[in-house]
Amino acid sequence: MNIQTPPEKLSAKDFASDQEVRWCPGCGDYAILKAVQIALANMGAKPENTVFVSGIGCSSRFPYYMATYGFHTIHGRAPAIASGLKIARPELDVWLVTGDGDALSIGGNHLYHILRRNVDVNLLLFNNEIYGLTKGQYSPTSRIGQKSPSTPTGSIDSPVNPCQFALGSNARFVARGIDIQVKELGELFFRAKEHKGASFIEIIQNCIVYNDGVFSDFAEKAVAAEMQVHVKHGQPIVWGKTKNKGLRLNTKTLSLEAVTIGENGVTIEDILVHDEKNKVLATLLSGLRPPEFPEALGVIYCDPAPSYEQQVKAQNDAAMAKGPGDLDKLLRGGKTWTVN
Amino acid sequence: MNLQSGPNRGDQPAEGQQSKTERQSVVVRFAGDSGDGVQLLGSQFSQETALAGNSLATFPDFPAEIRAPTGTTYGVSAFQINFGSREIKTAGDQPDVLVVFNPAALKVNHKQLRRGGIVILDSGTFKEKEIKRAEWDSDPRSNGVLADYRVIEIDISKQALECAKPFGVSQKEALRTKNIWMLGLVSWMYDHEIQPIADSLIKKFGAEDPIGKANVAALRAGHAYGEIHEISGELPHVHFPAVKFAPGTYRLISGAEALAWGLAAGSHLAGLEAVLASYPITPSSPILHILARMKQFGITTFQAEDEIAACCAALGASFGGKLGITASSGPGIALKTEAIGLGISTELPLVIVNTQRAGPSTGMPTKTEQSDLYLAVWGRNADAPIPVIASRSPGDCFDVAIEAVRLATKYMTPVMILSDGYIANAAEPWRIPSMADYKPFKVNFRTDPNGYNVYMRDPKTLARPWVKPGTPGMMHRIGGIEKDSLTGNISYADANHQHMTDTRAAKINNIADDIPEQGVELGNTKGKLAVVGWGSTYGPINRAVTNMREQGFDAAHIHIRHIWPLPRNLDALLKSYDKVLVAEMNNGQMLTLLKSQYLVDAKGLLKVSGQPLKIEEVQDAIRAQLGA
Repeated sequence: MNIQTPPEKLSAKDFASDQEVRWCPGCGDYAILKAVQIALANMGAKPENTVFVSGIGCSSRFPYYMATYGFHTIHGRAPAIASGLKIARPELDVWLVTGDGDALSIGGNHLYHILRRNVDVNLLLFNNEIYGLTKGQYSPTSRIGQKSPSTPTGSIDSPVNPCQFALGSNARFVARGIDIQVKELGELFFRAKEHKGASFIEIIQNCIVYNDGVFSDFAEKAVAAEMQVHVKHGQPIVWGKTKNKGLRLNTKTLSLEAVTIGENGVTIEDILVHDEKNKVLATLLSGLRPPEFPEALGVIYCDPAPSYEQQVKAQNDAAMAKGPGDLDKLLRGGKTWTVN
Repeated sequence: MNLQSGPNRGDQPAEGQQSKTERQSVVVRFAGDSGDGVQLLGSQFSQETALAGNSLATFPDFPAEIRAPTGTTYGVSAFQINFGSREIKTAGDQPDVLVVFNPAALKVNHKQLRRGGIVILDSGTFKEKEIKRAEWDSDPRSNGVLADYRVIEIDISKQALECAKPFGVSQKEALRTKNIWMLGLVSWMYDHEIQPIADSLIKKFGAEDPIGKANVAALRAGHAYGEIHEISGELPHVHFPAVKFAPGTYRLISGAEALAWGLAAGSHLAGLEAVLASYPITPSSPILHILARMKQFGITTFQAEDEIAACCAALGASFGGKLGITASSGPGIALKTEAIGLGISTELPLVIVNTQRAGPSTGMPTKTEQSDLYLAVWGRNADAPIPVIASRSPGDCFDVAIEAVRLATKYMTPVMILSDGYIANAAEPWRIPSMADYKPFKVNFRTDPNGYNVYMRDPKTLARPWVKPGTPGMMHRIGGIEKDSLTGNISYADANHQHMTDTRAAKINNIADDIPEQGVELGNTKGKLAVVGWGSTYGPINRAVTNMREQGFDAAHIHIRHIWPLPRNLDALLKSYDKVLVAEMNNGQMLTLLKSQYLVDAKGLLKVSGQPLKIEEVQDAIRAQLGA
């Protein structure tokens, strides 16, 4: 798609609706909302061609705050609604906003299918590892032992890794960002919009009320340099204040090792170079978890393939090229007889 | 048109032997293994019968198993056809002729045959092993169970093998021509030309194909068998003159075809492209299959990952400004209810087709029932009304589908169509309409931002404007949360929710002003008894009331198409009869609806056997009501 520049360049404010934002003060959603509005303005999006579709949950109130078209739907089903919308109107720019409960619990089935079909939508999954709107129950991404109203003695569910779920569903674009990193998120949104097909972005989001600080071991500014690795295609995977830490592939165990350049004979030549099209690497990167490893952020995987709705359109156009259907002819096709 | 029927006979000829000239109709039932090609035999014979100008109704009755183990009773597939030279309204209460291809088919079907009827059986399959497998204690040909019938034994298997011999096909392929051999024989019995069938077989297989040749040979051999044995008088040989149908061009049509085409026609009349999103389910899937081949009519189909996704995708398409359609059967409709609620709340058009089947739960997927009326009218959380329309016959599905699209787009609402497994699979002659006969109801999308509010309403229809995403200056948000009655912004205000709930109800209730008043199909607008039906019970009720009226009973037939909202005059109409009898294939759902709406003291004729209602059952109920 050509990103057209409107006659007058819109600002982030032009993408904000007149509705009062009603998330809890200090919620990570505010930063994400701002990041989206800024990014849409920067990429020259047209509000009338932009649609935000959401499910149910705190994050799913998102469409009400955007001065675009919006559809706040039902719990878990936003991917199905968005699929129908894209099939009907391939030219629209559709964004899907969801949370860890909405997308990975009640809507897990639909998330899997929209990714595998490669419907051209941009999926923003706000992961706060908790159910916020229903007041603090554990979610499919909550860690084992999470205490919540429904797990007073600790959760025993094994959590799902959203990016690995997306990769397993054959998503062609998988990325991860953090709510407060507005600039980096903007870059991810831009890439997602450019990508033709389903773009999946996990956004690490802090729930200040029910799960405050659950990501503090890597998301907070104080530890960011040492505990985050921002991957870039074609560049060595390094982090740290002096960029002296890197990832090395252990070819015997087929696993990643965090190493320090300049120690134990490790040189920059030993460090893995990020390749967005390498799904095995993407899977390994997605699985890195503090404290042993930094959290991998950025575009982890991007390997485009034809989008679903463009293929639907191609089949429809091919049929239509034979001429539009004639209903009277259809009804009279096959064996008929006439009574005078 | 009523082409007369004998008193108290339903769609049946008089019992006992009628002469060739007296017979007006006959019921033939073919039964065999699911692999015997009984459905093909039935549908081919139906086509021939239709082309011969006879009236007909069919009833394919097949098992859930695709290929059950050979020779078992649960693998028996059957096809019943009632046809003749008067107007046929049902597939017939009881077969006059039963054709069975194995002992299991006889086991399952022999009790349905009328006394004095004819059994034609393939003696080649009546061997000890097959008889035992069909759960007969002893050979049914000699143990007396067929004493009330005339039994004609033909070694069809051997005939088929003999015919196929010159063409070098395998024994398996040769035996698969048994159905075509039988088609030849029944074609002779009812005086149909076989050359057109032979031509179509050659066209299908190619002139040089050995299997095609074997089939043509079997067809001719079956026909010749009839000619050779005519002299014995054993086989019936009847010619039914063509029925005097109203002038026009006719075709055979099944309910699934008519529904699919009607949805396409409705979309066309609305000036819309359509998106059908469905999930495979019996007996609804044919609608998906048919529409999947209709891309050039502006129809896109989407096989969703589940029933919920199907309904959601359809609604997403409607949000996008196309007509969203989803088709399913009871268990699938149950799953869609939350998404239907979203359609009600966001006031978007959506057509939901429910091809009902026997339930609850999985129930009997291949058997018919009318037990989703509650689900359609009341089956959602909260106060969530939608229009509900039922089709009465296969051909009627076409008009019902158009009406559903009209209401959905005019009133910005989900609409549910109730069809059922019987209607979906059955076929009947249908006078083909011309699209020029239908008045278009083109949708006008709002594009003017001046004065626009998301939930502003047309004062007459109470519909809100439909705005396509992509329209400049009209960006808006909708959702399932209660919203302000004008702006559509989230609102929890108490008076607003009362107003919105009342408005949603009023919008649907007002549709009663936009649908025809309830008519009376047969009989007077007042009197002793009204027999009320809806959906696929039309045929048996109509024939039964016809018969009873000829016997002097004061009964009328009322058939309800618009189930919600009900026609304005129905209350007064029902109360103009001394008694009301509701005949339906469920445990009293329309009965409850009518009682709740009108406090009418109605009684029910309720049947849930998975089989269509019989004329005789309705007649007995009328007799019981009128005390005769």
